[in-house]
Amino acid sequence: MAIDQRALDAIALSRDEYELIVSRLGREPNEVELGMFGALWSEHCGYKNSRPLLRLLPGEGAYVLTKRGEENAGAVDIGDGVCVVMKIESHNHPSAIEPYEGAATGVGGIVRDIFAMGARPIAILDSLRFGPLSDAHNRYLFGGVVGGISGYGNCLGIPTVGGEVAFEDSYTANPLVNAMCVGVAPIDKLVSAKAEGEGNLLMLVGADTGRDGIHGASGLASRTDPQARFDELRPAVQVGNPFLEKMLMEACLDLAGNHVDWITGIQDLGAAGLTSSSLEAAAMAGCGIHLDVAKVPRREEGMTPYEVMLSESQERMLITVRRGHKDDVVALFERWEVPWAVIGEVTVDGYARIYDGEALVADLPIEVVVEAPEYTREPVRPPELDEMQALDLAALSDLTDASAALLRLLASPNVASKRWVYRQYDQSVLTNTVIEAGADAAVLRIKGTERGIAVTTDGNGRYCHVSPSAGGAIAVAEAARNVVCVGAQPVAVTDCLNFGNPERPEVYYQMKEAIRGMAAACEVLGTPVISGNVSLYNETGEQAVYPTPVIGMLGLLEDVSKHCHTGFSAEGDEVFLLGAALEQPAAALAASEYLKLEHDLVGGRLEIDLDLEARVQRTALAAIRQGVANACHDCSDGGLAVALAEMCLAGGLGLDASAAPDVQRLDAALFGEAQSRILVAVPADKREELLTIAQGMNVPFAYVGRVDGDRLRLWSVDLPLTELRDAYEGGLERALEG
Amino acid sequence: MPLRFAVVVFPGTWSDHDTQYALSGVLGQEADLVWHRERDLSRYDVVVLPGGFSYGDYLRAGAIGRFSPVMEAVAAHAEVGKPLIGICNGFQLLCEAHLLPGALMRNDSLQYRCVWVHMRVENAETPFTLACQPGQVLRIPISHGEGRYVADEETLAELESSGRVAFRYCSAEGEVTAEANPNGSMNDIAGIINDGGNVLGLMPHPERACEPLMGSEDGLALWLSLLEWAKVRA
Repeated sequence: MAIDQRALDAIALSRDEYELIVSRLGREPNEVELGMFGALWSEHCGYKNSRPLLRLLPGEGAYVLTKRGEENAGAVDIGDGVCVVMKIESHNHPSAIEPYEGAATGVGGIVRDIFAMGARPIAILDSLRFGPLSDAHNRYLFGGVVGGISGYGNCLGIPTVGGEVAFEDSYTANPLVNAMCVGVAPIDKLVSAKAEGEGNLLMLVGADTGRDGIHGASGLASRTDPQARFDELRPAVQVGNPFLEKMLMEACLDLAGNHVDWITGIQDLGAAGLTSSSLEAAAMAGCGIHLDVAKVPRREEGMTPYEVMLSESQERMLITVRRGHKDDVVALFERWEVPWAVIGEVTVDGYARIYDGEALVADLPIEVVVEAPEYTREPVRPPELDEMQALDLAALSDLTDASAALLRLLASPNVASKRWVYRQYDQSVLTNTVIEAGADAAVLRIKGTERGIAVTTDGNGRYCHVSPSAGGAIAVAEAARNVVCVGAQPVAVTDCLNFGNPERPEVYYQMKEAIRGMAAACEVLGTPVISGNVSLYNETGEQAVYPTPVIGMLGLLEDVSKHCHTGFSAEGDEVFLLGAALEQPAAALAASEYLKLEHDLVGGRLEIDLDLEARVQRTALAAIRQGVANACHDCSDGGLAVALAEMCLAGGLGLDASAAPDVQRLDAALFGEAQSRILVAVPADKREELLTIAQGMNVPFAYVGRVDGDRLRLWSVDLPLTELRDAYEGGLERALEG
Repeated sequence: MPLRFAVVVFPGTWSDHDTQYALSGVLGQEADLVWHRERDLSRYDVVVLPGGFSYGDYLRAGAIGRFSPVMEAVAAHAEVGKPLIGICNGFQLLCEAHLLPGALMRNDSLQYRCVWVHMRVENAETPFTLACQPGQVLRIPISHGEGRYVADEETLAELESSGRVAFRYCSAEGEVTAEANPNGSMNDIAGIINDGGNVLGLMPHPERACEPLMGSEDGLALWLSLLEWAKVRA
């Protein structure tokens, strides 16, 4: 066999996969062809390990307009002839190496996925995870990532309205940077990615092609050798040009919105660049392509066909232009001052024929290249799971100073306000933002309708680490709960699955269990997964990150004026907890922020009753829609005490819950993180209405206290808002000082 | 008769649609998006240079945009005394083009800032503030990385003594304090007018605060002032 192992390692293909290629082709591939296989058979593009597991997730629903994985993003009909298009994607590995550009181009890539469908991007969300800020390198990664998102997103004029930031040891040196974009389009103007119609032209628009990002998909995102990855692969990180992306976006939206009859498809050039975009667009239509790399505008001289086909230079799109409309499309891009080049045409024989001028440099049956092998592995339950789950939480001594513990928790970077982050993001451009970052979910109006949408991202790696299946279910449930708390009906999910090396049976187990948990929650809550992305090989040394599925949730408000805020808004309002009693067993401390912060422990066992969850959500939503609720908030990280403190701070009003009945364990009642709990504040004269709704849904509830004054009083907690505010709003900044 | 507004679009502008929506969608005026290659703005009553990152703000905010073909027509529009507003990137462009004095430098935090601020009306007799009370406090968002207004001492003294500081950052109660200044602007300046009184530049985004659903209607005051000004002049 002529091929040597190093050539295969460079593109992360195994010897067996090479043999498979040879047998399917009936010959050995040349260098360019092998590079194309490497890219499309990478985990990042080919989903070799994850595809069988992804099938567990429900993808269909009455309002879903797309088939998952077939287009650049998923689309949902929201009524009035309008659809919402959304997707989330990871840029973990590039951000680990070059945080600013890695995160910036992560935003750029996901935004292109949305406008490739003809939808105007109206919101960006970012789900970010880093190692602890006590480490200088983690602070550098954090600052760089936030700066990159700010620098790129702000320049595009798309508001960044939400997301999350979390810190755990396991993300040290392997941050998770997941960017989500949401767009809107008239349903009849949705554009496919298809390259079809013999003789139609393939037009590459946007940036020139350079040597940046070669092997991004195969080497960086899918490599099994994490040791070598970081230093060696810095040149595999792309450099962004947000200004060009902005012009490219306006030009593509002009084309899709006003002249869709001139084209058959628009496809983003993302991972694996020209190779994946052109082959996938043709595969979608069962067509072939004839493409001349000599016609691709270059950023530098001397690039080989291999480099041109695999470059991941940013800000490029592939347009399939109908014969006869070339001049129209050219004029449009020239008006927007966006460079263009015709680089090939559509054929009907199903082959990708790549030329370099006269020379044929690759000749591949597209069907074979785009069909990556699929692996089903044997999961093995990680041995440490039993040990973690057996942790005896009841043996922990209860807290002595509740006020001090609450202040420490509010100031911890995982709980503290993320204002330091989101004040660097434009949140209000496009004038749709009704609820900005910092709430349970962001709310945006849909201009031209009465409707609104709510969007959020949620995930909890620590939960999935101790209970992979329950953790996956909780991620979905909490995301849905968050959109419910602002008054929206959860309707669809986009997911980003961040795991370690799937070739290790323990990691595969985590993946499989977390996805099973997600699938169960999606079924019960009626939220199909319409798009998503998988990021594997998130490891440093031999250490995998916590299994971290991140859920992007879309909620719908029929009437956007009926949204609900987190903050208390009127003195005298009565506060109720829906879903549970105030008393909680020690087991509720499992995997909690309190347990980690105060006891330095990660353990216990998580549970969620999805049926109860659905009923609690329906109760809260009904209370908001019927105008009963004045404020509503999810009770999650940090438990009841933190949730109440957030409601006090958001509204600038205190709470008197000093009469709450005594509990056995103060730590569990204050800081336990039992699921399916929502706090609602109602005017005193509407208390019966709330309780009638709750009883009708068979949802347990408990009276918490009364909105009053400028202190939070809850069992032995007694603190003025000023102290709470200082801890909560200054916590992150103080941690950044190192 | 509605007023005719030209909302100029440079490559990289992003508040164009928001401004048009506020002017025509909310206020029922005529508002055209005008591409930066346009050389004649004589048919418009008011010209707005909206926010964004013209040419990516590469080199320096507004440094390349000021050479766009439309800028001569913008200067001509100001020359004949018609109202011209530069918001955010538009303010930066007006300073770069010397239609307003001073410059906008990197925020003192060295970070981008998008937050709600309060600004106090310092001069209620301009075409842009006629509908306001002197000292009125407006709640409006900012969104910029380069909004720190600077000028030499002489210019600052001239601006202050001639009532050309139109808006100043302040607290919700109208107090001018260091905490209320979001970017380190000299003299807490949020907006200024030219010596002719017909050119306004400001960093906050009034077009984002024109409906209760968006969290504030205070931005309407600027546009309503212009409508009143036009009525008085007619």
